[in-house]
Amino acid sequence: MNTPLRKVGITMLVMVSLLLANATYIQVVRADDYRTDGRNSRVLLDEYSRERGKITAEEAGQVLAGVKPTDDQLRFLRTYSDGPMYAPVTGYYSVLYGAGGLERAQDEFLNGSDPRLLVRRLSDMITGRDPRGGNVRLTVRPSVQEAAYNAMTQNGYTGSVVALDPKTGDILAMVSTPSYDPGRLASHDAEEQQEAWKQFSDDPGNPMLNRAIRENYPPGSTFKIVTTAAALENGMSGDSQVTSDSNITLPGTSTTLENYGGATCQGSTLAEALKYSCNTAFAKIAGDLGKEKLEATAANFGIGMDDLEIPMGVVPSGLGELESEAALYQSGIGQRDVRLTPLQDALLAATVANDGVAMKPQLVKALLAPDLSTIEEFTPEELTGEAAMSAENAQTLTDMMIQSESNTSGGGKDESLKIASKTGTAEHGTDPKATPPHAWYTAFAPHDDPKIAVAVIVESGGNRGLAATGGTVAAEIARSTISAALGGG
Amino acid sequence: MAQPAGNSGAGGQQYTTNPPRELPRRRGTELWLLAFAALIVTSAFILVQANQEQELSWSIVWYGLAYLAIFTVAHLAVRRWAPYADPLILPCVALLNGLGLVMIYRIDLANAQEAISVGETSTGSAPRQVLFTVAALILFLGVLIVVKDHRTLTRYAYTFGLVGMAALALPALLPSSLSEVNGAKVWLKLPGFSIQPGEFAKILLMIFFAAFLVAKRDLFMTAGKRILGIELPRARDLGPIIIAAVVCLGILVFQRDLGTALLFFGIVLVMLYVATERVIWVVVGLSMFLVGAMIAYQLFTHVQQRVANWIDPLATYDDPGGGYQIAQGLFGLGTGGMFGTGLGAGRPETVPESNTDFISAALGEELGFVGLSAILLVYLILAMRGMRSALAVRDTFGKLLGGGLSFAIVMQIFVIIGGVTKLIPMTGVTTPWLSAGGSSLLANYILVALLLRISDTARRPQQPVKPKAPLPQAPLAEAHTVMVQRPPQQHPGATEGGNTL
Repeated sequence: MNTPLRKVGITMLVMVSLLLANATYIQVVRADDYRTDGRNSRVLLDEYSRERGKITAEEAGQVLAGVKPTDDQLRFLRTYSDGPMYAPVTGYYSVLYGAGGLERAQDEFLNGSDPRLLVRRLSDMITGRDPRGGNVRLTVRPSVQEAAYNAMTQNGYTGSVVALDPKTGDILAMVSTPSYDPGRLASHDAEEQQEAWKQFSDDPGNPMLNRAIRENYPPGSTFKIVTTAAALENGMSGDSQVTSDSNITLPGTSTTLENYGGATCQGSTLAEALKYSCNTAFAKIAGDLGKEKLEATAANFGIGMDDLEIPMGVVPSGLGELESEAALYQSGIGQRDVRLTPLQDALLAATVANDGVAMKPQLVKALLAPDLSTIEEFTPEELTGEAAMSAENAQTLTDMMIQSESNTSGGGKDESLKIASKTGTAEHGTDPKATPPHAWYTAFAPHDDPKIAVAVIVESGGNRGLAATGGTVAAEIARSTISAALGGG
Repeated sequence: MAQPAGNSGAGGQQYTTNPPRELPRRRGTELWLLAFAALIVTSAFILVQANQEQELSWSIVWYGLAYLAIFTVAHLAVRRWAPYADPLILPCVALLNGLGLVMIYRIDLANAQEAISVGETSTGSAPRQVLFTVAALILFLGVLIVVKDHRTLTRYAYTFGLVGMAALALPALLPSSLSEVNGAKVWLKLPGFSIQPGEFAKILLMIFFAAFLVAKRDLFMTAGKRILGIELPRARDLGPIIIAAVVCLGILVFQRDLGTALLFFGIVLVMLYVATERVIWVVVGLSMFLVGAMIAYQLFTHVQQRVANWIDPLATYDDPGGGYQIAQGLFGLGTGGMFGTGLGAGRPETVPESNTDFISAALGEELGFVGLSAILLVYLILAMRGMRSALAVRDTFGKLLGGGLSFAIVMQIFVIIGGVTKLIPMTGVTTPWLSAGGSSLLANYILVALLLRISDTARRPQQPVKPKAPLPQAPLAEAHTVMVQRPPQQHPGATEGGNTL
């Protein structure tokens, strides 16, 4: 009976070997697939129970997103101070819905898994401290952000404000309204999270859309900055004669393009055309420049970049196909298929302010270790590496924008701010004449030593309806933002 | 070479070439190994508490003391009643039982935390498991004391067989309210606690089957017709295996318990093979199994579901009764990876039934592939020591029972751990000694007691009254000398091989 017993013994050996081989396959070969499967909550729970790094503002390290210890399973609750105001800046961090915005863009650093934190993590393990995430210090200035956000919400406007430091590209403010409270999405109460998520995503105002970088709009007359820059770069000057007709027929069509209100332009030079925002003049200029030249200048402003990250991805701005001269005419005044993000629109003013050189917008100033020692600091860099216009032409354009500001109405005018600006009133929708236009305003100040460039868009005319213009609706917002920025400095 | 009669000699033996060797009892080895197991288990307890970020509480002392007390008693019992038993068997069991206890306690902690966060209280399984271990120890002692010689079990073989069958069938016959938990009708719900009679039936039926096969061994060894050079068994000898198949099918149909059916069939097949030494039984059995499996797959949706969950648990993840549990187990195993998350540092409680059916996934997550392999190897050592005892024991019943019991251990871990790690379709059986649950623990301690008894018999020196070489004046009762064709003419004192011819 011993022979079969020995064979059974071998069978047992084989069976256990099979189990071992299979365990090797599952735990070693396939381990990563299983570990990283989206339905595997373990890694996520581990990450959520680690002390996440803070997101702080530039000034005095004001904490925009922090953590509070809790006694539940996740151990740390993400908290946001002034959640809705800073939501476009911080993004959200939710157990059920993942992270969004900066929380996602800098997730590895904030949750502590970034390799740059490795040395510290190892020392944490040895000293027995809990691993913590790194901190992210932003370029955002709370005073500017607050002024811009309050100006938008007090009027109940839907839209966005972006403020940049023209010399560095630092984003001083990034507002998108209506906004949402990321704190509710961070709740450890699953029901509260779900309810908030449902409420935010069902809201027709689309509060979770970061309009500043994730939405692009027809820029209207603010785009004339690009057209003017292209004209100056291609030999025109402020005194060049341009058409002052009240309307102009688009080449190859019977459609006419007219000035705002159908009026004749009050001047016949390029400078006056910008001051009075004459559509016919700029349509003609764009048509005369042609597609290549307009595109070349636009590209140097950053328009058309599809890989811009601040570090969140920015949707590309663009000119459209420019397939015909008629299209070129319409595009010259920022209509047709021209689409800019509010961030790009702010870059227009910022580029003029910085002697024609666009600086790469950035939201993160520095990455800090949990003990606040600096791991990486970001230095300003040029956006495209090529100036959109010469410093001389930038000065010319600045003078023209100062004139434009003097012609712009709207609240909050203050000569001491020394603003150079351009307004825009952009038609949109399927029936443009019956749809309240987007009100734009892009500016920088002070014009002799620019410290801030701002773009404001108020969607669909704000509270003015069809009568809305960039000057009457958007200018006031930008002026109070600029005032907040310069008042402090 | 003549030596004066030693004091070990008896029965008039004057000379001895091969003095009856007093085999080392190896109880000291067992004690050291038990101490080692206790060290591992205690360290594991401390790790769990440290990683769960609690200060070391008194509960650890209680668990530690209970564990030490249980295995001290077990060790002393083995010293007293089975002194020649294999020294590895008990430490292996102690290690498995201890690690199971640690994991159950660890999952208790996680569940308690979970319960606190939703404002409830949870009752732990670990204290119950300790109580069950104590009860199991009493059964263990009972078996060691009562069964002085395993051969006496053959006397009650048919009683065991009947009781075993009744125990197996009972849950199927009872109304669901008294026998069904989570879809499997394998329980006997008594006031206060529930038992799974199938666990005990497993052992009772193995005793019966071993005795039955030994008694009727010749029948099964008779060859039937030869076809294509293969000796087929006679049709009427197919009876037992057909009965076994029908019983297993019955379990499958009436109790919806795939795992037990698979386990039983495998054990019956192996015992039949060992008893008859004929591979044809394995072939017949496997063919019947394949046919049965195919029929079951066609007929029962729950079998189809299990197979679908096995092929791709991630695909059936969201289905009701789908691959969620297996997928979660795999996620746990994958997260554990090579070295595991560390005891108390993973999240094994994410897997449903993590302290029973899926305890191997929990251990694999926290101890990693290395830990899971170590546990599998402990099982293998345990079963191999049992098999060694079966090889060494001199009676056929002991061989068959020992072999069967040893194989049952491996078969059971193959069915359950294979199911958890997606080697085979998941069929719920318990993980011996590891998983929470009283019936399994009690039954498996009976199994260990029987294995120890058989190994004790195997290594116990033969009765010295039986001389090594029959002398001319040997009593006539030594009938087997008749069988020897040429009576040995060796002179006492002659060296072996010196004068064989």
